[in-house]
Amino acid sequence: MTVIDARNDSVQGTRTLSGPLVSALSVAGFLLLWFIAAELAQSRLLPGPGAVLNYIYQETVHGDLVTELGITLWRVAASFVVAMFLGSVIGLAMGQMPGLNRVLDPWLIVLLNLPALVIIILAYVWFGLNEAAAIGAVALNKIPNAVVTLREGARALDPGLDEMARAYRLSPLSKLRNVTLPQLQPYFAAASRSGLSLIWKIVLVVELLGRPNGVGFELHLNFQLFNVTAILGYTLAFVAVMLAIEYLLVQPIERHSTRWRNKPV
Amino acid sequence: MNDIRPAGVTSRFEIRIEEKTHVSADGTALVAIRDFVLDVKPGSMTVLMGPSGCGKTTLLRVVAGLDDRFAGTVGIPSEARIGLMFQEPRLLPWRTVRQNIELVVAPGFSAEDLERLAHSVGIADMLPRYPQELSLGLARRVALARAFATKPDLLLLDEPFVSLDERTADRLRRLLLEVWQARPTTAILVTHNAREAILLADQLVLLAPRPTHVVAVETITVPQAQRDPKTIDAIHADFLCRYPANFSAN
Repeated sequence: MTVIDARNDSVQGTRTLSGPLVSALSVAGFLLLWFIAAELAQSRLLPGPGAVLNYIYQETVHGDLVTELGITLWRVAASFVVAMFLGSVIGLAMGQMPGLNRVLDPWLIVLLNLPALVIIILAYVWFGLNEAAAIGAVALNKIPNAVVTLREGARALDPGLDEMARAYRLSPLSKLRNVTLPQLQPYFAAASRSGLSLIWKIVLVVELLGRPNGVGFELHLNFQLFNVTAILGYTLAFVAVMLAIEYLLVQPIERHSTRWRNKPV
Repeated sequence: MNDIRPAGVTSRFEIRIEEKTHVSADGTALVAIRDFVLDVKPGSMTVLMGPSGCGKTTLLRVVAGLDDRFAGTVGIPSEARIGLMFQEPRLLPWRTVRQNIELVVAPGFSAEDLERLAHSVGIADMLPRYPQELSLGLARRVALARAFATKPDLLLLDEPFVSLDERTADRLRRLLLEVWQARPTTAILVTHNAREAILLADQLVLLAPRPTHVVAVETITVPQAQRDPKTIDAIHADFLCRYPANFSAN
């Protein structure tokens, strides 16, 4: 009749406190290194953090930085949702139906290894330089990734819990919500995490090649003007948004959905 | 705890399995059950006793409707509610104990009913906990409560006390009897443990090794509450004389 004590509140408190603190120190260290490198280089091609932060401030107040970031963010969100939805459905189906898996597996391998650039160019050539082609191309790059992860998830489903659900005559919806999806949660988390980073990268390429706005377009423009301050400014703003999403959205969701585990992940 | 059930659901269950074949991974077919016939009386505790690996779990899975690849008929109405306790607790680790039970409760099973049931199996304090925080013995109690929370027309128990230390197992057997007697339910329990079988059974069904079939059906008339160790020893000695093959192994 031993019962393992629930985690001590104070221990948990220190953990949530020290986590962001360590992260902040690490970021400060990076800024310091950058500052020293810029001071030593004294070059137009490596502006220091001060100049770049000033650029971000000026562009935020007087320029288009927020709008451009917003547009890119929208494309990231749209292709993420499309790719995760389609990727999960196809992956789960392939994991549970060996026949379908055999049919789709060669397609999957091709898509997994096809360079992102090929898909993007073909999407623009065939469907025109429009928003749907851009988002579709990004999603298509991410889908095979999600398929592979969720296929493993479907294969790892516990047959014992499935029997339990059948013996107790759970409705299909209740089984999905209480038995199947919680088992797939780690696979969703893994697919989301790796997918999000992939999408961040590819969205900029898509914007560079065929959109008249967004962070990728701005980077391209400033590359032609050789404006390194602007390039670093946009990059930094982009990174800040990415980190905010990671710490304010992704990690809290993960913590919430794994709260039943004994050890914090 | 009484409720009104559709007529016929709680009448006797007839199980006739002509043949059930297992096909192993390398393609060889193995007959697990052949000519198995059993009538289960309503409100009784039927214990199926047989050696390990004789196909008891297969039999129970067929009765539970989890496996329909067999020749024969299992006369259990599809609307019958089934409570099943597996060899492992099989609780959902991402749901609290309370949520695990609530997931399968019978219609009209109130929160007070749940509290009362949890109290009677000794897990009232565990309701807000997650299953991973429980010992195996406690998790088994939760699984027992879950099986009763469905108000089953048929309660199936698959070696529910296996791999527990003898004291814990014995406490849980007495607990099962208490809960079961308070909520009269038609129950089938399978075990390879002779003393467990003699303690619990109204009707004791002795099984032969593969392919499984019924060797004998014994009715034990002494009420379960009066079966102290001495009585169990006496019944065991009697059975040992008459069915040496079934009882000597234990």
